[in-house]
Amino acid sequence: MAMEMRLPVARKPLSERLGRDTKKHLVVPGDTITTDTGFMRGHGTYMGEEKLIASVAGSVERVNKLICVKALKTRYIGEVGDIVVGRITEVQQKRWKVETNSRLDSVLLLSSMNLPGGELRRRSAEDELAMRGFLQEGDLISAEVQAVFSDGAVSLHTRSLKYGKDVDLSCPARTRHGFAPSSTHLLTYPEAHISQLGQGVLVQVSPSLVKRQKTHFHDLPCGASVILGNNGFIWIYPTPEHKEEEAGGFIANLEPVSLADREVISRLRNCIISLVTQRMMLYDTSILYCYEASLPHQIKDILKPEIMEEIVMETRQRLLEQEG
Amino acid sequence: MASVTLSEAEKVYIVHGVQEDLRVDGRGCEDYRCVEVETDVVSNTSGSARVKLGHTDILVGVKAEMGTPKLEKPNEGYLEFFVDCSASATPEFEGRGGDDLGTEIANTLYRIFNNKSSVDLKTLCISPREHCWVLYVDVLLLECGGNLFDAISIAVKAALFNTRVRVLEDEEGSKDIELSDDPYDCIRLSVENVPCIVTLCKIGYRHVVDATLQEEACSLASLLVSVTSKGVVTCMRKVGKGSLDPESIFEMMETGKRVGKVLHASLQSVVHKEESLGPKRQKVGFLG
Repeated sequence: MAMEMRLPVARKPLSERLGRDTKKHLVVPGDTITTDTGFMRGHGTYMGEEKLIASVAGSVERVNKLICVKALKTRYIGEVGDIVVGRITEVQQKRWKVETNSRLDSVLLLSSMNLPGGELRRRSAEDELAMRGFLQEGDLISAEVQAVFSDGAVSLHTRSLKYGKDVDLSCPARTRHGFAPSSTHLLTYPEAHISQLGQGVLVQVSPSLVKRQKTHFHDLPCGASVILGNNGFIWIYPTPEHKEEEAGGFIANLEPVSLADREVISRLRNCIISLVTQRMMLYDTSILYCYEASLPHQIKDILKPEIMEEIVMETRQRLLEQEG
Repeated sequence: MASVTLSEAEKVYIVHGVQEDLRVDGRGCEDYRCVEVETDVVSNTSGSARVKLGHTDILVGVKAEMGTPKLEKPNEGYLEFFVDCSASATPEFEGRGGDDLGTEIANTLYRIFNNKSSVDLKTLCISPREHCWVLYVDVLLLECGGNLFDAISIAVKAALFNTRVRVLEDEEGSKDIELSDDPYDCIRLSVENVPCIVTLCKIGYRHVVDATLQEEACSLASLLVSVTSKGVVTCMRKVGKGSLDPESIFEMMETGKRVGKVLHASLQSVVHKEESLGPKRQKVGFLG
């Protein structure tokens, strides 16, 4: 058994990344950004005493004549098209409330949810009563942001990735490819991407550290898959053997995961945590390089401060080499 | 207690992992997370300690005040415990939400110190039947990340080790009590026999040490074992709504004794190392 006790060590300021020419202009609330009145003010700023003052702590971004301050640590702010991983907190009348690390709970309407068996029909009263059978409190889902309400609350829907476009079942005017609803039997077309998540590990990080990419679902070559939610919830799970075509995916696979897969998943989890502690952006390449850099160490040692620094330093080097 | 909600599949994953001795963060069933201990963090106390165990953050302050000895133990001082679960640890502790957990932890601390050998209370006596030192041990929960009892007991032991109580001289026959002239003349408590709590959570068919919040959500029953550095069990308590059968209780107790001895050895070496660094030690405190 392992037991390690140590004295705390003061945090060192993160050294400047090698080869950075432009220094980030960091501000805290109340700092003057500029006294030039020719700029348009964006998010995170306000005008006071003929000066542009920052209202959040973050870095200043300038696009032509627009100045805004991007906060370094903030709750998730929803944007249409983002992939998020969320946890069901409440089951309400025709919708679920989902916790996505934003200022308000997100909403998943019953009509936005894929029915098991892939049926396409109007949701009836029986569906409403059976809602808890689909998703309960505590369940994890992966979904896409459909709309953002005026108060900032986010509306989600589950997406069909097979076809590359959303299956918005509440909107009959949209055409859907190859879906010919039949009234006599269950449709057998390949099911929409299973949105309810089965066995795996959830890691919660700050949303500002997840890099925006074309796709957020990655099957890493090391043997596990990862969903990088834009809201900072990262889901690591064993790669499914084959794309299951089961009805709706509401029956989670509860068979024991093999030890080799578990080791990969635990290692990935620790690597992600070390990247986050060192404030590095998370995307598939950085996670993969960090995983490879961590291979010589034992899984539980990755979280020790000195080994964490070493691994992330190596990852940073490799990423810079790859860029330059 | 702060809790997280997990989906059924996540719980199944954790339980199967424990069966195979590989937990979510790569630890084995008997491994602790990395612990950071620092003493003498609060300047206006007689002794203090801060312990960080993963996401759990505990601050303990010990203040020595003069009081009258208890009637049944006229030659001894005593300890008073108070646990404050602050709302900054978790929103559940807002208002009076943390009081229940606080009293539960305080009562556990009273129980584990309620024997002759944990702390030599006779050193706290000033004059029999009249004056004694009362050590008020205040525990503050700053952040809750699972395994509270272990972290609190480690912090209490480190704080008691750090406690320095001024020596008082009372002249024979008179009622006057004076401080000794030397400001550095202090009584130090011997913390050799102070016990530490080891929490063993039963998950599936096995038990784990130092459970995180997610693992605690998967466990129905836990056993708190209070162990001294020599491996002597001073007190045992079961928490949780599940049941434990006698064989598993015995196994968990044996694990607790084994793990407890290693825990004490590590803590001893860390606090002695910190003391040997002397006043030159760079204090990290809360802003480091």
